[in-house]
Amino acid sequence: MDPTTLSRLQFGLTTIYHWLFVPLTLGMGWFVAYMQTRYYQTRDETYRKMSKFWGKIFLINFAIGVVTGIVQEFQFGMNWSEYSRYVGDIFGAPLAIEALLAFFLESTFLGVWIFGEGKVPEKIHLASIWLVAVGSNLSAVWILIANGWMQHPVGYTINEATERAELNDFFALISNEKAWVFIWHTLADGLAMAAFLILAISAWHLVRKQHLDFFKRSFEMAALVGLIASALVFLGGHTMGQFMYDSQPMKLAALEAVWETEQPASFSLITIGDLTGKQEVWSVRIPYAMSFLACNNFECEVKGVNELQALYESQYGPGDYIPLMVVTYWTFRIMMGFGFIMMGASAWFLYATRRKDYETTRWMKLVPFGALLLPYLANASGWILTEMGRQPWIVFGLLKVEDAVSPNLTTADLLISLVGYTLLYGALAAAMVYLIKKTAVGGPGAAMHESVDAAPTLVPARKKD
Amino acid sequence: MSYEFLQTLWFVLIAVLWIGFFFLEGFDFGVGMLLPFMGKKDTERRTIINTIGSVWDGNEVWLLTAGGATFAAFPHWYATMFSGFYLALFLLLAGLILRGISFEYRSKDPNPKWRNTFDWMIAVGSFLAAFLLGTAFANLAQGVPIDENMMFTGDLFTLLNPYGILGGATAVSIFLLHGANFLALKLEGELLERIRPIASKLWIGASILSISFGTYTYFAGFWSRGRIDPGIAPIATIVTLLAAGYFIQRKREGWAFILVGMNIIFTQISFFSMMFPNVMLSSADPAFNLTIYNASSSFYTLQVMSIVALVFTPIVLAYQGWAYWVFRKRIKADPKSLIY
Repeated sequence: MDPTTLSRLQFGLTTIYHWLFVPLTLGMGWFVAYMQTRYYQTRDETYRKMSKFWGKIFLINFAIGVVTGIVQEFQFGMNWSEYSRYVGDIFGAPLAIEALLAFFLESTFLGVWIFGEGKVPEKIHLASIWLVAVGSNLSAVWILIANGWMQHPVGYTINEATERAELNDFFALISNEKAWVFIWHTLADGLAMAAFLILAISAWHLVRKQHLDFFKRSFEMAALVGLIASALVFLGGHTMGQFMYDSQPMKLAALEAVWETEQPASFSLITIGDLTGKQEVWSVRIPYAMSFLACNNFECEVKGVNELQALYESQYGPGDYIPLMVVTYWTFRIMMGFGFIMMGASAWFLYATRRKDYETTRWMKLVPFGALLLPYLANASGWILTEMGRQPWIVFGLLKVEDAVSPNLTTADLLISLVGYTLLYGALAAAMVYLIKKTAVGGPGAAMHESVDAAPTLVPARKKD
Repeated sequence: MSYEFLQTLWFVLIAVLWIGFFFLEGFDFGVGMLLPFMGKKDTERRTIINTIGSVWDGNEVWLLTAGGATFAAFPHWYATMFSGFYLALFLLLAGLILRGISFEYRSKDPNPKWRNTFDWMIAVGSFLAAFLLGTAFANLAQGVPIDENMMFTGDLFTLLNPYGILGGATAVSIFLLHGANFLALKLEGELLERIRPIASKLWIGASILSISFGTYTYFAGFWSRGRIDPGIAPIATIVTLLAAGYFIQRKREGWAFILVGMNIIFTQISFFSMMFPNVMLSSADPAFNLTIYNASSSFYTLQVMSIVALVFTPIVLAYQGWAYWVFRKRIKADPKSLIY
């Protein structure tokens, strides 16, 4: 494999991995903060236990997001030095601001939250978990401003003398509409992710009729939040579709495999055969739906891939401007399909909780598995879609991926780091899954007290100590 | 404010970020390396970790901010250094990942093997990070092969030259001493008695390595390439370190800690003053050096970033300082009062 492909593979893997953990951090922070606040207000011991139990799961997950986040910040310079040179004047700013505004906040107050109980006044301890939640979500805001700029560059000019893109309007950068739709979609997604993890673990215990009060309360809270959050995710996604219509029509056409321009455009639920546009064996299509998706009415024209390819060739010169269709088409379906299931499921859960003994119903047995799997798959698919749908560009219309890579890296360098990250991240995931499972199965009682001095001696050879 | 003023300002700000990072994370690297040797029982290990438990993550953010600020203010510096030091940085990241995850995970399972493994990962990760950062900075001072396109033309072994390795070893030894002094400030009872003689021994090692490193730097002529004279800063590094030895012997750990901290600060001041206005020196041809002028962002970006930094840095310093103040007390090796 050539260095560019290896760098892309590495960036893709490390980013998807990082983003498996971060959304849960984003959402779970709010949950834990809310639970602790409820305890502060009501002095109801169950809320205290809830903040401890879900807080412990929050922490186990948080740690991986933090350590893999450092890799993210370094990778731009390490693997994409030409990108960093060309757009660093613009892109570096939100990254630096993220560190200054968000990372300090979340890391400092996380320390206060973990170690400060009993050492700082209760109000300050409570405020720290809120600040952790604010800090982590704020960091998502800044990184999405950076990513939004890659999708829809604004507020810059090309400086002929320095041969690079330079910022000329900071407010355009931070008010980039694309970024804010992303932020809306993503922060809501974090909340939905946390809600579904809570649903999954709660259902597991409810089916076993354990800690009923504790997990019923968690389940009901998560069902409500899950419904609101997944509806917000959907609305954000829908808005994004219309935005894409103007700013990235190629991505829009590719996620739907629209080869020829259509007006009004139908939406393919499923297409069997090949997506090359040459032959379609069988498909189920909803008339007008694609037009609705793209511009909120049933009439508009959706440009096809072929027309856009011709347009881009005349605009940017010869080349292949079509993303890998099989990926964009299917990731879109996974993301949207699972998103809909999540929305429907949480509505159903919320409805079902009106029955007193809902934990005995048969469908509850499916929840732990389904509620765990769907959000992760939907979330990863969404990112694969948004990043691979932008190909061949790294910054849309401005810089191609092949021109962004570090020219000095050899295949050997990249293989070492790729294999290294894979092994390291694999081990992290194993440790994390083990601990989350142990904590989740252990239930609220075990999370209240850590095993203090359970292993008095760590050095067997010196047992005299 | 002129463009040149802002370029200089950002050079100084990045220097300040590195100073803050090495001062703060320096002692938690040291504590991390000492952990498996200092603590024999689980309670002792947990006590040692808790001396830095609430702050290590915030300390590490100084590195992330230094990285981010370099990206925003000097994109070419960021691009050349990060792509050039590729494998070294990969190992640094691996070290930081290992220790970061281990702080959080080591107590989440009671199995002694589990805990012991993570404790060693803290030590190894801290060592790797400290050594590689020392090596990287020594190479920046010495100069690295950079061509006319600002591209690094060496590999990992280019960095592992005698001066680079000596720099790495010196960083490890100073951080070990800094960590030991910090532990002497934060521990009590039996553990405090145990750390004092260790600090004395570490001081000998750190002094020998620092003096050798300083001597090498002086005779190699690395001081005379920048525009400004580091003045008494290099001498101050040695004086503070020797004075720290005096206070370690007298069990005045507060002074010892401050003096080794001063040594770290003066080392960084020496480094950045002998670099200025260069940010990366090319060993191929001085004409290929990256400077604050040819590596920087536009005037507009520097203006925006200056305003952001001016507004938010005091706030960050205030709450981070407060978080240190909250946890200022010594930590007792008592299983009942320890937070796991």
